Amino acid sequence: MIEVENLTKYYGDLAAIRDLNFRVERGEILGFLGPNGAGKTTTMRILSGYMPPSAGTARVADFDVFDDSLEVRRRIGYMPETVPLYPEMSVRSYLAFMARIRGVTNRKGQVDAAMEACHITDKADTIIGKLSKGYRQRVGLAQALVHDPEVLILDEPTIGLDPKQIIEVRELIKELGHERTIILSTHILSEAQQTCDRVLIINEGEIVAEGTSQQLTDRLTRGTLLHVQVAQPGPEVIAALSRVPGVTGVEPEDGGSYGVTCAQGQDCRTAIAATVVNGGWGLLELRAIEMSLEDIFLKLTAEDTATPVLDEQTEQTVEGR
Amino acid sequence: MRNTLAIAGRELHAYFVSPIAYVVTAAFLLLSGYLFAAILLISREATLRYLFGNLTTILLFVAPLLTMRLLAEEQRSGTIELLLTSPVQDWEVVLGKWLASLGLFAGILLLTGYYPLILWRYGNPDWGPVLTGYGGLLLLGGTLLALGTLTSALTRNQIVAAVLGVGLTVLAWLIDALSQFAGPPVSGVLTYLSLSSHFFDFLRGIVDTKDVLYYLSVIVAALFLATRVLETRRWR
Repeated sequence: MIEVENLTKYYGDLAAIRDLNFRVERGEILGFLGPNGAGKTTTMRILSGYMPPSAGTARVADFDVFDDSLEVRRRIGYMPETVPLYPEMSVRSYLAFMARIRGVTNRKGQVDAAMEACHITDKADTIIGKLSKGYRQRVGLAQALVHDPEVLILDEPTIGLDPKQIIEVRELIKELGHERTIILSTHILSEAQQTCDRVLIINEGEIVAEGTSQQLTDRLTRGTLLHVQVAQPGPEVIAALSRVPGVTGVEPEDGGSYGVTCAQGQDCRTAIAATVVNGGWGLLELRAIEMSLEDIFLKLTAEDTATPVLDEQTEQTVEGR
Repeated sequence: MRNTLAIAGRELHAYFVSPIAYVVTAAFLLLSGYLFAAILLISREATLRYLFGNLTTILLFVAPLLTMRLLAEEQRSGTIELLLTSPVQDWEVVLGKWLASLGLFAGILLLTGYYPLILWRYGNPDWGPVLTGYGGLLLLGGTLLALGTLTSALTRNQIVAAVLGVGLTVLAWLIDALSQFAGPPVSGVLTYLSLSSHFFDFLRGIVDTKDVLYYLSVIVAALFLATRVLETRRWR
């Protein structure tokens, strides 16, 4: 459905993305994961026909995004990161306008269906400027849906929402993904894991890793980091913790805390708890630390090239450094 | 054309929910009504010729105020991304925006329609120059609005768009001011380029194809440039 080959975009001398290659199959939900400034928005803007690439090609439904831009735009529903709304319009008239410039013939039906899908029917006659952030986000999503596109491109669809709204929007995206091809960007790892069939991790304009959520999770949780806090810290605590089977490293932190790394596939928590209690140091806290995106990038960029999750193209770029 | 009308319709609606349209319309009608009364009482002539001549000066300032929002606001709020990723040509966006401002301006001109009615009630105006005068004002207005649309495409700041617009319209109006010192052929060129040199025949009841073509070509050129400016946004 979407084919991207050697896609490159320069802003002046600065490369926002370099030689991106990926494909999205029909009906797939692809997650773009990466920190701010990684090139997610640039890639999405190129796919949506907003700006042309500096080099390389991108095709949507076999139409080139540059040569057949209008054909591509007819088939795409795009929700930019800052949801572009006309604050003075009502939800209904805004959606009707978007439907009209996208050539929808059955406007009333399509607008109603889009509002229904995004659960905003009760706000149909509200002025957009008076809506809460969560509702605006959903109006933005309804706007992307109103012409019933084959492909949805959603740039950070859950940013700025409260936890309840985030869950609702994720559910909505999953629902929509049954019949549509979706690309969504996020900088939240768990979001990509929950919502997407496949995740593409992108950093500094290059694809760092690609795979299903399961593949990535396995790979990223090779070692587990534990946070241990004791009442009476001391050098003997470090020595004792290091001797626990499966522990590969102990880093002292402030306030009697230690960062303990365990080998992959081993849960050392029971053994660590026993050790601390037996030593009489007073166990205050013991928990697994969720890896932040920064840790993942550090890990991914420090790792060897040949891993199952990396695809061919990524290996080349890593070697090329 | 369908897209153009959709964009124009949305824009006209936006005019009337913001205070701009009301304030500008009110100010224009107040000034022109005052001038109408003053000129009528002094000259005691059943003609709109002098009034129309004076209105041009006001128009130079009013037109950029009507157009400053058109593309600048879309660029500031990011809604331009929505239009440029919809299956709409860039020129359709620009044309739709300009048509909306022209529609509003035509509405304002229509509201001045009671001046000739007053003249007709109490005197015997010559209808030819009144009608061609209105036609000339509409053409001149359309040209000024097209120049304003161009400056609105250049920036995301409405105030900057308005100031640039006033600068451009006043310059285009006065560009022949130095022509008598320039000597031919420069003087001829300056006179031809000037917006003002093509206007005053309309007030005498004369419609010269050259003048009509001149205004139409300035409109097309300004809207074409505005489209190109909008297109360059894609390359930035």
